[in-house]
Amino acid sequence: MTELLRADNLTRHFKIGGTLSRRTLHAVDDVSFSIGEREIVALAGESGSGKSTVARLLARLYKPTGGQVLFEGKPISAIRSRRDKLRYSGQVPMVFQDPFSSTNPVFRVSHGVLRVLKLHRPELSARERQAEAQRVFEVVGLGADMLQRYPHELSGGQRQRVGFAQALATKPKLILADEPVSMLDVSIRIGLLNLMTKLRDSEGVSILYITHDIASARYVADRLIVMYAGQIAEVGPIEDVLAGPKHPYTQLLLSAVPDPKAPPPSAAALAAAVGERGEPPKVIDPVPGCRFLPRCPVSTDICGKVTPELRVLTATREIAGAAAAAGEVAVATDEATREVACHVAQSGVDVKAFS
Amino acid sequence: MRFLRAIRRNGKATTGAILLAVFVLLAMFPGLFAHKDPNAEIYPRNLGPSAQHLFGTTGLGQDLYAQAVYGTRQVLVIAFAAGLFTTLIAAAVGVAAAYLGGTWDGTLNLLTDVLLVIPLFPLLIVIAAYVHNSGTVVLIAVLTFTGWSYTARQLRSQALSLRNRDFLAAAKARGERAIYIIAVEILPTMSSLLVAAFLTNALYAVLFASSLQFVGLGDPNANSWGTMLYWAQNNEALQAGYYLQALVPGAAIALLGAAFALLNYAFDEITNPALRPVRGRQRTRRLAGLSRA
Amino acid sequence: MLEVSGLTVEYATQNGTVRAVDDVSFTVGRGEFLGIVGESGCGKSTLLFGIAQLLSPPARITAGSVTFAGKNLVAMTDKQLAAIRWRNLSVVMQSAMNALNPVKSVGAQFADALRAHGVSSRKPIVARSAEVLRMVGIDPVHLKSYPHQLSGGMRQRAMIAMALLFTPDLVIMDEPTSALDVVAQRSLMVQIKELQRELGFAIIFVTHDMSLVSHFSDNLLVMYAGQIAEIGGTRQIFASPLHPYSRGLLEAFPGIRGPKVPLKGIPGAPPDLSVIPNGCRFLPRCPLKKDECAITQPALVERDGVAVRCLLYVPESLGAAQ
Repeated sequence: MTELLRADNLTRHFKIGGTLSRRTLHAVDDVSFSIGEREIVALAGESGSGKSTVARLLARLYKPTGGQVLFEGKPISAIRSRRDKLRYSGQVPMVFQDPFSSTNPVFRVSHGVLRVLKLHRPELSARERQAEAQRVFEVVGLGADMLQRYPHELSGGQRQRVGFAQALATKPKLILADEPVSMLDVSIRIGLLNLMTKLRDSEGVSILYITHDIASARYVADRLIVMYAGQIAEVGPIEDVLAGPKHPYTQLLLSAVPDPKAPPPSAAALAAAVGERGEPPKVIDPVPGCRFLPRCPVSTDICGKVTPELRVLTATREIAGAAAAAGEVAVATDEATREVACHVAQSGVDVKAFS
Repeated sequence: MRFLRAIRRNGKATTGAILLAVFVLLAMFPGLFAHKDPNAEIYPRNLGPSAQHLFGTTGLGQDLYAQAVYGTRQVLVIAFAAGLFTTLIAAAVGVAAAYLGGTWDGTLNLLTDVLLVIPLFPLLIVIAAYVHNSGTVVLIAVLTFTGWSYTARQLRSQALSLRNRDFLAAAKARGERAIYIIAVEILPTMSSLLVAAFLTNALYAVLFASSLQFVGLGDPNANSWGTMLYWAQNNEALQAGYYLQALVPGAAIALLGAAFALLNYAFDEITNPALRPVRGRQRTRRLAGLSRA
Repeated sequence: MLEVSGLTVEYATQNGTVRAVDDVSFTVGRGEFLGIVGESGCGKSTLLFGIAQLLSPPARITAGSVTFAGKNLVAMTDKQLAAIRWRNLSVVMQSAMNALNPVKSVGAQFADALRAHGVSSRKPIVARSAEVLRMVGIDPVHLKSYPHQLSGGMRQRAMIAMALLFTPDLVIMDEPTSALDVVAQRSLMVQIKELQRELGFAIIFVTHDMSLVSHFSDNLLVMYAGQIAEIGGTRQIFASPLHPYSRGLLEAFPGIRGPKVPLKGIPGAPPDLSVIPNGCRFLPRCPLKKDECAITQPALVERDGVAVRCLLYVPESLGAAQ
């Protein structure tokens, strides 16, 4: 699969405290990943994990403190001229989380789409712009008559579709969707998740789907990136990761997702859960060492001294190799790479931290 | 529009609107209401109210009623012009400071604060006294220059609270320029606050302009309520018992000020839904939606 | 212990009267955990406020009663209610950041509540405050902390601790976990269940997330457009949901485990409650609709121990039910 976007050691720090303080908040630290064409990558994590900051770094709303982002092979920090900036924001648009504040209440919902078209595709005439606005509205499942409505006349789900329509108007390559369904009712979410898969399949758009809901990530995404405290904990094809999570945090996350169809947890599992009260840390002036250490039941000495790096799990290749030798279908292609940032997992131990 | 509906709905605002409409009519067609020349000093002096002179005459022999009616125009022109320009400058400075942030915010804030700290009335007096041509235009300019800082602060706070709304981030993300965002995306959403600011500034313009004229810093030959007060003072009207010479312009100023203040109630309502009248008429569908996170 | 009977809440709006809660009846026994599930606009929060007598104009209770420990809360005066509030019945609000006073320390707010109900000397106040904090797993040293110094999860726990100051018989919770992440959410739910086991209070838990209560509630009430759509034992409803809306809701949750299947959700939007339709309110979104559904308003009928409001289960009208 051709690589569309790549982040290398992306880092973003924020200065906090008064003008005299020298404390920095490490929102994103040394994050590296890639997104290919026609794929949906889920970036999952809790609040404070840095996932929204990553999105904003990719959207060029923030400048990185370190590392770089390459889009189609070229660094986005080199984008200087207004024309190039416009072009990038057209190729990599963002869809926001809050349907109630992402549209300007004073204008009709067509306003955003028409402005986008005016700015990014100046070659179109006014009539062509109208036609294109109708087209994208239809692609996202809104009738063309919706164009004349005001935001307060639309439901939350419809407003989110307007957000996607705006993103589509520029024929983008990659849509950055920052928790697009979190604020919608459960029965409406599926509609938008289906829209995203449709966009990937029929419009050929890649999507970076940022969420804290692993179940919805599974429903739409091809690959999963799990973030914790500003760093990547685990990466891999989503079915593989969910079937066999390697990082203790991923295991914790999965165990905490309520699954109505699963049987009720045993008394022992519940008792264990009562003890687990930790929350992701705010990473201010961190020291070396794994950031999940305070909550990890399987930590070793080195976890407190050396910050784990994201590495490909050699075990995957070995397993794939053994499977091939036995005549079974191997899955060891590039896309099937599993990466984990955990000393214990990298040492080959089969981690079983949370059931 | 929202504004008209809000005015109709609120009793105080309706009263204010009617009052203002009356004054506007007086200003536009003074000849319809007063048939005597306000400047003619031909009548007997210091007369009390009568059939020929509704409010009596001044110490110089002018008809008080005619003066009051013809004086409306200058006052309204000053009120609207100063109110408008003050609000425009305040909006430009305040919203730009809030949206652009950083050094822009710092510099504009400094400018605003400096003007804010200087006591307004003494500044007005000093400037007005220094500028020898004390015509209407100068008055408006002086009022505008000294008055915009307070509103700028207010509008900046409001714009700051809007700054994190996603539709602004969306506008920036799609490539809009900052000027466009301020003018087209932010200001329209603040429209009720801007109108309220305009009304407040108009009110203060009336009061300050009249005060300046009262102390003699306006053109004493101009037709205005403030100058009427000036001449009444000159004439020692209150001491001598010619109360109407001071009361009439005073009441006119008070009524116009009240009109602006009453109208303002309607806009408080728009910007702060909690102040809306509870009996029966409320947009509560939103309450149901608010139960969602 | 709590009996809600025919409760109806209406608002007067510009477009007419909106009936946010329509003829809702249910009971909650001692120590029972009732989950009220529904999406935005279904009236669940209004129902909660109606039960707790916290409605403010223009919303008012226009019919029905709320009987708590034998007395009708709707008919009580503020003074009588004040005696019951917090001692026997307490409320945990949706967002702790909105419900806790940001300029007072946690301990000061607990002290306020204690003093309002007659505990005046310092020692018992401090002792009880520390005790409830320990119950929810917060170190009592945080009595001195301000809300913004605590994390989201801790704030919610503090709210729950405050609700338990007088060990009430009934605690009403309005989406207490919606601002929390999934791990904190699970841990809070477990804590709540544990506290219930220890102290024996009943809980009414309102949420839009059905899966959250699936493992914790005894009974489930599914609300749609101001009415009860289905009510019965939680496990039973999850195992075989009767109302098409309940079914749709359950199927709207993509599973983490098991095969990946395409889902449909429930397209459409809840009805505008200022216009009460003639037939079933779920009609426009129902995949199983029949002609009768447009003309007859279904009433609640019993089916295998569950009450459901759907013509599918009224034997005369549609023939064999599903």
